[in-house]
Amino acid sequence: MSDATIENSQMQTTLRVLSFVGTLLLTFIGLTAVTFFISRFMAVDPVLGVVGDKAPQAVYDKAREAMGLNQPIPIQYLSYLSKIAVGNFGKSVMTSHPVLEDLLHFFPATLELATIATLLGVAVGVPSGVVAGAKKGKWPDQVVRIVGLFGYSIPVFWVGLVCLFIFYGKLGWVSGPGRLDIGYDDIVTAHTGVILIDSAIEGEWSVFHNALSHIILPASILGYFSIAYIARMTRSFMIEQLSQEYIVAARIKGRSFWGAVWKHAFPNIMVALITVIGLSYASLLEGAVLTETVFAWPGLGLYITKSLFSADMNAVLGGTLVVGAVFIGVNALCDFLYRIFDPRLSRA
Amino acid sequence: MLNTFKFALLAGVLFTLAPQAYAETPADTLVIAKTIDDIISLDPAEAYEFMGIEVIANTYDRIMRFEPTDITKLVPGMAESYTASADGKTFTFKMRAGQKFASGNPVTAADAVFSLQRVVKLDKTPAFLVGQLGWTKDNVESMVKLVDDATFTITIGEDYSPSLVLALLSSVVGSVVDKKVAMEHEASGDMGNAWLKTNSAGSGAYNLKSWKASESVSLEANANYRGGVAKLKRVIIKHIAEPAAQRLLIEKGDVDIARDMQPDQIAGIAGNKDITVSTIPQAALYYVAMNLKTAEFQNPKVRQALHYLIDYEGMANSFLKGKVKVHQAFWPSGFWASLDDNQYKYDPVKAKAMLAEAGIKDGIEFTLDTPNKAPFSTIAQAVQDSMAKGGVKVTLVPGEEKAVLTKYRARGHQMLIENWGPDYMDPHTNADTFARNTDNSDAPKSKPLAWRNSWDIPELSKRTDAAVRERDADKRKQMYLDLQKDVMDQGPIMIMFQDTVQLATRANIKGYVMGSSSDVVYYNLTTK
Repeated sequence: MSDATIENSQMQTTLRVLSFVGTLLLTFIGLTAVTFFISRFMAVDPVLGVVGDKAPQAVYDKAREAMGLNQPIPIQYLSYLSKIAVGNFGKSVMTSHPVLEDLLHFFPATLELATIATLLGVAVGVPSGVVAGAKKGKWPDQVVRIVGLFGYSIPVFWVGLVCLFIFYGKLGWVSGPGRLDIGYDDIVTAHTGVILIDSAIEGEWSVFHNALSHIILPASILGYFSIAYIARMTRSFMIEQLSQEYIVAARIKGRSFWGAVWKHAFPNIMVALITVIGLSYASLLEGAVLTETVFAWPGLGLYITKSLFSADMNAVLGGTLVVGAVFIGVNALCDFLYRIFDPRLSRA
Repeated sequence: MLNTFKFALLAGVLFTLAPQAYAETPADTLVIAKTIDDIISLDPAEAYEFMGIEVIANTYDRIMRFEPTDITKLVPGMAESYTASADGKTFTFKMRAGQKFASGNPVTAADAVFSLQRVVKLDKTPAFLVGQLGWTKDNVESMVKLVDDATFTITIGEDYSPSLVLALLSSVVGSVVDKKVAMEHEASGDMGNAWLKTNSAGSGAYNLKSWKASESVSLEANANYRGGVAKLKRVIIKHIAEPAAQRLLIEKGDVDIARDMQPDQIAGIAGNKDITVSTIPQAALYYVAMNLKTAEFQNPKVRQALHYLIDYEGMANSFLKGKVKVHQAFWPSGFWASLDDNQYKYDPVKAKAMLAEAGIKDGIEFTLDTPNKAPFSTIAQAVQDSMAKGGVKVTLVPGEEKAVLTKYRARGHQMLIENWGPDYMDPHTNADTFARNTDNSDAPKSKPLAWRNSWDIPELSKRTDAAVRERDADKRKQMYLDLQKDVMDQGPIMIMFQDTVQLATRANIKGYVMGSSSDVVYYNLTTK
């Protein structure tokens, strides 16, 4: 390789990084603009969230001014942008904590739930999808399709309540709503905010077990929905690949049927599968409002929804930015994984 | 086959990992399931939400008090006694000797003076309560004065009835804050406000250990409490928004008390010997309002006719059973000076005739704004249905409650359904909003309910002002009874129900005190 080509490839890398950062910045600015303007044109008066309905007019006016709502909207936006540029998301009216602190508290709860659910989704969804695709029309396919159909059509809060009733209420296999029983509250310090990890770090295994018994049910329910989605997508990817001629060729060369499925067809659906899993993970990371409500799980979805209903704009904007960042992050991760699993991309 | 097996295996592993759930709550802890996401602050000079006030009632003691041991009588609390001057404008309070804050600091009259002045100086929402007494930032230091360590005086700008003044000092603004602790945490002249939002500095039965928004409030018994150390050392209020989840938790014994169960959940636990259900009337009222900006509502006949198109009993005996009782006057039943005669009954024939008299023969249409949550949305549907029987077509406009309030405060509605809870235990609090509107312009100083419905009532406003000044209790009572009757007759606000709460407690829980408002919910006498 000549010096010129090395320099060239270095330049290309720099350009790629720059364009990535540029896209990132633009996406963020677009995100702040959209959420900000939507929030300002909503039918909810944000001052009500601060002072309540019964505040006298003088208190109301003072709060309105303090929130900068007297200024023209573009100025409000610029001042908001300049604040978040230095990491100041403001305070949440609802919790009276800085938004950043809130996000660091609520996001790990969601992260914990979404990660376990996605792991379940991948561990069960992918193999069942592959088998269903390979055995198209046979009974394993029917089972997967029925499971998928349920996952698509049953409302999650209903499943949540019914499962709570059965597994917590009647059988007593799992703990009820919340992240921990009260006896286990405040035992471990929050290193990461993810209780399973924190308790493992501190070796507090009783807390770990209690947290696990609380998270299993909501995570399994979210996991079920992600299994349904991932299995369905894997199935259709698989069906498409198995109809290709290279599979026939492999079989003619003496590959067994399952060998052809796993060694030839499966690697070829990896890229599409990563996209599907990434999207499903990202959407779980947004928070699952209904599941969080039923299971009294203090997650991001609940936080954003509550803030929205009380017109707590700092919190809404902060939360939305996190969701945006999650999507960008998951996208970047997927991009990275594509390079690993798709030899054509890793050479480019 | 492989899949099914894997799935079963995985599920099995996960479930066996989970230990058995706790069978009951710890013996020294009271655990309550409730919706607590309305809290925005736990500073007594700032909090004005139901749950915030309830927590403060347990973390701060007050100058005047409905004591946990008898919530029907207003008596001196942290004060030992009071005297009023001959003109009724100056009150002298003597503080009880030997009281201590949770911090160990002695309670003095200086703390009481500090607390009252603090409310006015911080000028947050509750400041309007004492603002009625003519206290402003500029004059409060001369209106609330320290005499000596055990004595202070307050002076009121208006010659209001003493019972109103005492009622105000028993409300959240009468909470006495530990001056030393609050000022130790002062930041940029906020008198400790930022810190007190999430901490307590009082002498109530409990200290605030933590408040995690939309998650939990945790309290610890205060060893220095005037009424003796609470029987249960800890109280934990868990935020459980879903009533069905509350039902499961109390059935399993994972909580001791469930506060927000709805009639269908209550029906579901009937016959369960481990759970006791009690019904407690509350002070909040549900109403449908008519805005006089809509021309038809300016005719009192039309307003009266619509009163006959609400099926009060029908709702109270069906989907609202146990949740409300029919009450049509603006001061709730069970309190001094309440008017308990309900004069309206569902009568579409009569309503039609009255509408015809008012010149409306071919039916008429209105919109009805309603918060999109229980019980408002179901009440709104029932109202829509019963109004239709009288030829009044109602279109529902559901919205998030804050959006509905935003519209209400801008008088943008035609009809609207909401509720109202009194601010303190004196009928003036409700008369002031249902029967007083002194500035019907579009930019008034305050926005009472009468204003929000554009009801211009100079004469009733004068009578409300006279009632609050009347010092003869019997005469005063009659004035409020008359006001209630007149508002019921002519007013644009159709009051339908008084709220009641169905409280579910585990059978071993005794002594939990729950009155008709957030000011009188006490945890400290509870045993199990």
